[in-house]
Amino acid sequence: MITQIIYKTLLASFILVMSLLVAMYSTLIERKVAGWFQDRHGPNRAGPWGLLQPLADGVKLFFKEEFMPNSADKFLYILGPSLTMFIALLTSAVIPWGPDLVINGQTYSLQMADINIGILYIFAIVSIGVYGIMIGGWASNNKYALLGAVRASSQMISYELAMSLSIITIVMMTGSLSMRDIVAQQQGFHWNILYQPLGFLIFLICAFAETNRSPFDLPECETELVGGYHTEYSSMKLGFYLFAEYINMFISGAVMATLFLGGYHFPGLDKLGLSPNVFAFVSFIVLFTKITFFGFIYMWIRWTLPRFRYDQLMKLGWKSLIPLAILNVVITGVVILLNQ
Amino acid sequence: MFSHYIFYFLSIMALFSAVMMLVSKKPIHSVLFLTLTFFAIAGHYVLLNAQFLAVVHVIVYAGAIMVLFLFTVMLLNLNNDERSPKPIWVKVIAFLAGCMLLLTLIGVFRGYDIQSAHDPMTTQIGLVKSLGRILYHDYLIPFELSSVLFLTAMVGAVLLGKKEQI
Repeated sequence: MITQIIYKTLLASFILVMSLLVAMYSTLIERKVAGWFQDRHGPNRAGPWGLLQPLADGVKLFFKEEFMPNSADKFLYILGPSLTMFIALLTSAVIPWGPDLVINGQTYSLQMADINIGILYIFAIVSIGVYGIMIGGWASNNKYALLGAVRASSQMISYELAMSLSIITIVMMTGSLSMRDIVAQQQGFHWNILYQPLGFLIFLICAFAETNRSPFDLPECETELVGGYHTEYSSMKLGFYLFAEYINMFISGAVMATLFLGGYHFPGLDKLGLSPNVFAFVSFIVLFTKITFFGFIYMWIRWTLPRFRYDQLMKLGWKSLIPLAILNVVITGVVILLNQ
Repeated sequence: MFSHYIFYFLSIMALFSAVMMLVSKKPIHSVLFLTLTFFAIAGHYVLLNAQFLAVVHVIVYAGAIMVLFLFTVMLLNLNNDERSPKPIWVKVIAFLAGCMLLLTLIGVFRGYDIQSAHDPMTTQIGLVKSLGRILYHDYLIPFELSSVLFLTAMVGAVLLGKKEQI
């Protein structure tokens, strides 16, 4: 019992540190990728290949002057970024990071909590994720910030529907709401993306909208709204908002890899006859590679596509994605019924 | 034993935020306190081993309905001074209505035998499988009818929201 508690604490700290480190270095990779796409070097002054750049940025954000608008709602103004960061870190609890470890004959799961409704837990977190942005945008008492917050909320509600509809097909195929079962079912090369290509595409697009990444970054659209919901934020509070976006990218990559790309499975990996702990480690690396791939796609699209107009965003969400997702559900249902 | 403390914590949180929702001056604060109440109630569901209900509660109430509330309140930007004070007869009627509700609740719970309640840990009544079986097997027709009712309400709302003639 005690060892399990110690192990879970260690695992939680490890996941926390990993999320923060990955988010930190995603900022550097993002700028390097942007440089590559625009045929320039990107940051390369701080340390070799600019490796110390995230550190320099962090220090800069910490030591910048705190500024709070006079007419702001003080408590909510501080609550906004804190809540965004808190919610961004919550999702990682149900992601299975790898197969079980075996130490001294005891098995230790690489998943924080194997709750039997894991997928719905992720939905719940996604659906409350907008609170931080809305609260922060409203509390700043600035019309641009308010517009950004209003945009964020309507965008997230619209895309949540299509997102949940695209996941329903996975639940129908697996017959379980637990993330562990969903990963276990994709062992070998039975990846869900091969059975649900349309569902994957819908989920990917919605994930872009839910993480406020370009081309769906309307809430912080700097050409129209100055800085969107974080216009009035400075110093580390702004840092929290920006940082939470990168954590969200990382976690949503992990969710997509788990749901559609087979999680930590790789064809033929389980037949190599590795010892359990080495196998767990290699599987974790496999999952991490898949997440990195999604991270790259996020950056690739950001530096390739222009931003949507707001009416285009709503039209895409309601008139294309939701009907397609419903169609996908119907087709999946018919196929499952015919195969019985 | 440990779950007792969590129960008291959640109950105090639910009651406190419910009262704060009523007394806070700014509409936005009221909305946020109501959201906090919903989270506390979701916590109670988890204590009753009804994880599915808890998560659905969070998704539907905190994630969808309260976000829409917040959205509307933000857009209207209600201020304290803009709200006209309610006339006295409205307050009296509201008070009487509240008393009636309290009376009904007391009537319901007075005859309720707490000892005979099922132990949620053994019956697993709140888990997805048992809930699904009840909804899609025992109460299939009421369930489907209520979904038709929702659809009607949605269509009606769209119809009322459209300005031009159809």
